[in-house]
Amino acid sequence: MNKRNLFRSQGFTNAVSSISAICVGLLFGLVILFVSNSSQALQGLGIILKGGFSARARGVGQSLYYATPIIMTGLSIGFASKTGLFNIGASGQFIVGAFVAIFIGVKLQLPESLAWSHWIIALLCSMIAGGLWALIPGLFKAYLNVNEVISSIMMNYIGMYGVNYFVKLYVYDSLKALSQNVAETAVIPKWGLDHIFFNMTGNYKDTATINAGFYIAIAAAIVIYIVLNKTVFGYELKACGYNRFASKFAGINEKRSIVLSMVIAGMLSGLGGGLLYLCGANGRRIKVVDVIAPEGFNGIPVALLGLSNPIGIIFAALFVAHITMGGEYLQQLNYVPEIIDIIIAIIIYFSAFSLLLRNVISKLFRDRHVELVSDTGPAGKPGRFAGASAGLNDGVEKEDK
Amino acid sequence: MSYIIEMIGITKQFPGIIANDDITLQLKKGEIHALLGENGAGKSTLMSVLFGLYRPEKGIIKKNGEEISIKDPNDANRLGIGMVHQHFKLVHNFTVLQNIILGVETTKHGFLKMDKARKRVMDLSDKYGLKVDPDALISDITVGMQQRVEILKMLYRENEILIFDEPTAVLTPQEIEELMKIMRELVKEGKSILFITHKLNEIKQVADRCTVLRKGKCVGTINVAETSKDTMSEMMVGRKVKFSVEKTDAVPGEPVFEVKNLTVASRHGTKKPVKNVSFTVRKGEIVCIAGIDGNGQSELVYALTGLMPVEDGKILLNGKDVTHLSIRERNIEGMSHIPEDRHKDGLVLDYSLAENLVLKKYFMQEFQNNGFIKFPAVFKYSDMLIDRYDIRAGQGSSAIVRSMSGGNQQKAIVAREIDYNPEILIAVQPTRGLDVGAIEYIHKKLIEQRDDGKAVLLVSLELDEVMNLSDRILVIYEGEIVADLDPKKATIQELGLYMSGSKRSEAV
Repeated sequence: MNKRNLFRSQGFTNAVSSISAICVGLLFGLVILFVSNSSQALQGLGIILKGGFSARARGVGQSLYYATPIIMTGLSIGFASKTGLFNIGASGQFIVGAFVAIFIGVKLQLPESLAWSHWIIALLCSMIAGGLWALIPGLFKAYLNVNEVISSIMMNYIGMYGVNYFVKLYVYDSLKALSQNVAETAVIPKWGLDHIFFNMTGNYKDTATINAGFYIAIAAAIVIYIVLNKTVFGYELKACGYNRFASKFAGINEKRSIVLSMVIAGMLSGLGGGLLYLCGANGRRIKVVDVIAPEGFNGIPVALLGLSNPIGIIFAALFVAHITMGGEYLQQLNYVPEIIDIIIAIIIYFSAFSLLLRNVISKLFRDRHVELVSDTGPAGKPGRFAGASAGLNDGVEKEDK
Repeated sequence: MSYIIEMIGITKQFPGIIANDDITLQLKKGEIHALLGENGAGKSTLMSVLFGLYRPEKGIIKKNGEEISIKDPNDANRLGIGMVHQHFKLVHNFTVLQNIILGVETTKHGFLKMDKARKRVMDLSDKYGLKVDPDALISDITVGMQQRVEILKMLYRENEILIFDEPTAVLTPQEIEELMKIMRELVKEGKSILFITHKLNEIKQVADRCTVLRKGKCVGTINVAETSKDTMSEMMVGRKVKFSVEKTDAVPGEPVFEVKNLTVASRHGTKKPVKNVSFTVRKGEIVCIAGIDGNGQSELVYALTGLMPVEDGKILLNGKDVTHLSIRERNIEGMSHIPEDRHKDGLVLDYSLAENLVLKKYFMQEFQNNGFIKFPAVFKYSDMLIDRYDIRAGQGSSAIVRSMSGGNQQKAIVAREIDYNPEILIAVQPTRGLDVGAIEYIHKKLIEQRDDGKAVLLVSLELDEVMNLSDRILVIYEGEIVADLDPKKATIQELGLYMSGSKRSEAV
C-alpha cells in the first residue's frame, strides 16, 4: 500500500473538482453577461477574470486586503464543518470582533514604551470577542441540543444591532457616518507590503490597503491545518464531528469538544474582523447600516470551494476576492451594479458545487476501492456539511448493518 | 417443473468490485428457496436486482419463461414480487390496517373506503393464520407481529413471489417457529418464497432448495434434504467450519465485576428500563445476558459503560466503585466494550482504519508527543492489529472504515477492544449479522479472553450463541434478571420461556 500515492490522488481529485466548479460558475456568469448586455459580454468576462490586475499592483493589493477577512471566515466555517458543526454565525462573530478591535484601537491609551503592542492587543481582543460570541451557541448545542444554525443566526442579528448601537455610542464619526479611524499605533503594520502593492500616479504613491494582516491570515490557516491533521486535539474534534456517539463511546468528552470547536471557529471569525478594520486611512470602516456583515456569509462558499481544507481555503478566498474585485471594475462597462452583483454571486454560487463535483470526479477518475459493496449497497459518503445532521439521525434510526 | 422466476447470468458491478458475477438463480413455483452466503457474498445485491433497485450490467430475468425487465420496485410489485426487508418499512404511529393498505388504498371519489380493505385483510390474516389485530398501532405490537404485517402487506398486494431478507434475525425462538409455520402455509397456497439467510438450521428446517453464493459468485444450487449442514457451510465459506465452540470448563476465580441493585432511569417516559439488577462476573468466566431485544439490555450496558447515568445502585470493578466515573476513567480501570450498534457507537466511519483502531488509545504516551499524534506509531500498531486479527481492508491501515464490509468493521472493533487488554469485556451482540466464518473467529477470541483469566459479559439475542459460549446465563425480562441458569442443564425451550416472561425463577 502506497500512502503517498493515495494522498496525491485525493488531492488531485479535490483540486480538479474545485477548478471545474469554478469553470461551471464562470460559464453561468457568462450566460448572465450575455443576457444583460451581449455586446460587451466577452469583454466583461475578461475584466472579471483579470480581477485586481486591472488596476495593476495596487489592485492586486486591494484583492489581497479583501481576501484576508474571508480567509478567516472561510477558515472559521471550514474548521467548524470539519468538526461537524455549521457555523453560519461567522458574520456575528466577525462584526463583534471588528467592533472590539476598533474600540480598543480608538480608546486604548498606552504609554509610549508599549505603543508597539497596540494593534496586537486589539487583534487579540477581537479574537476573544469572536470566541465569546460563538461560545453561546456552542454551549447551547452541547448541553441543550439547540441546533447551532438557529442560535448563531440569532447571534448574527444580536451582533449586528449591538455593534451598530455601540459604534454610535462610542466610536462614531458623525461627519462621515462611519466608525472613527483607529489610532496610528493600532493600524496593522505593512511589513514591506507597501513596497510591492502601489501604483505611481505622477509623484503620488498610491498604496494598497493590504497589510501584515494577510500574513496573519495565512499563518492562521497553517496553524489550523496542523491542529486538525497532526494533533491529538484535532483528532478528538474531528472524531466528534464525524460521529458524536462513537467519540463519547471512546471516552472523548464530546460536549467539551463541541464547545471548543465553536469557540475556535468564533475566534477565527473575530480575528478576521480585527484584520479587516485595523487599517489605515483608505481602509474599511463600520457603516452603521442594518446589514449583516457579508464577509461571514462569503466564508461559506470559500469553505465549500476549498473543501474545508485550510490550504484550499486560502486559494478559494483569493479567488473569491479576485472575482469580487473584477466585479468592481466591471462598472466601467455598461452593466448596472445589481447585475454585477448577481453575476459575481452566481460564479461564487456555482463554485460551491465543488463538493458535488468531487464525488462525480472521484467516480470518473479513481476506483473507489469499495471492498465489499454488495451487502451494504454502494457506500455513499455524505458531504462534510451533511455530516452534522446525519449524525443526529443516527441516533433515531439505526443504520443497516 | 416450471420456474416462476429465473435470473440468468446476472452480473452487477460497483466501482472496484463485482458484486454479482454471472449468477443464475431459478425459483420453482411453490417452493421455499434459500439464498445462502456470507456477508458481502452478494445476496442483497442480487435481491435488489430482482426487486428493481439496481439494474444489472448483464443477465436476464424471466418470469414463467418470459423475459421481463424490472426498472423499479413498482415494476416488481406489478409482477407480483414482494419483499420483507430486514428492517421493516412500517409507519409506527399508523395502525396495522393503515400500514397494510398504504399506497394501494381503496378509495371512492378520493375518500378512503376502509371497510372493504379491512375485510380483505382479515380474510387474508385468517387464511394464513397470521392473527393480527388490524387496529393496533405498530408501535404497540411486537417485532414478530410487525413482521406479519409486512407479510400481509405482500399478500394484500397479491404478490406471488415473496422475498424474506434475514427474517429471523430479530425474532425469539418461539416466533421463529411460528414464522416457519407461516412460510410453509404460504407455500402450500401456491406462493413461492426466496429466503435470504446465513443460518443453516433454518434452511434445513424449511427450505426445499438452496443456492449458495460466495464472493459474488454462484457456488451451486442444492437440494436441502440431500445435503448436510457441513457441506452447505463449506460451500458458503470455502473451508470447513466448526459449529460447536470448543471450550474447556470454566475455572472461575475472584469476582471482577460486581453490579449491585442497579436501576436506570428512562430517557423518556417513566418506566424504568433496568430495575434493581444485581450480578457478579468472575475471572475466567463468560456470563451471558439473554433476553428478547428491548428488555433493558441496551440500557443496562449503557449504564455499566458510562454512556447513561445510573439512578441507583453500584458498579464495582476489581473492588473499586466505578459507578460515577467517566467513560474514559472506566476504560482505564480495565473496562472494554464491544457495542451493539457498531456504526453509531463503535466506529468513526469516515476515519481511516488506523485512526479507528487507536480510538481509545490515541492519547496515551505511546501514540502522542506533546499533543501531536505520532502517526508512524499509529500506523505500525494498526498494521500489527490488522495482521493479528485478520482484518481485511482494501488499503490496509489507511482504508476508510465506511468502505469496509460489516464483518471486517466488526473485527476491527473486536481487535481494538480485546487488545485493550481489559479486566472485563462487555460484548453486546458481537456477532450480529456476521457470517459463520467471522462468528467462529470472534467466539474463539472471546474464549481466549476467558482462558486468559479475564471476565467476559456477553449480551446476546442469538440463543445458539448464548448456549454455546456462556458459562452462566442470566435472563433479563422487562429490566429485571429473572433467571440464573447453567447452560449445561438448561434447554433452549426453558430459556425461551424465561425470556418471554412466562416463567420466572424465584431464587433470583
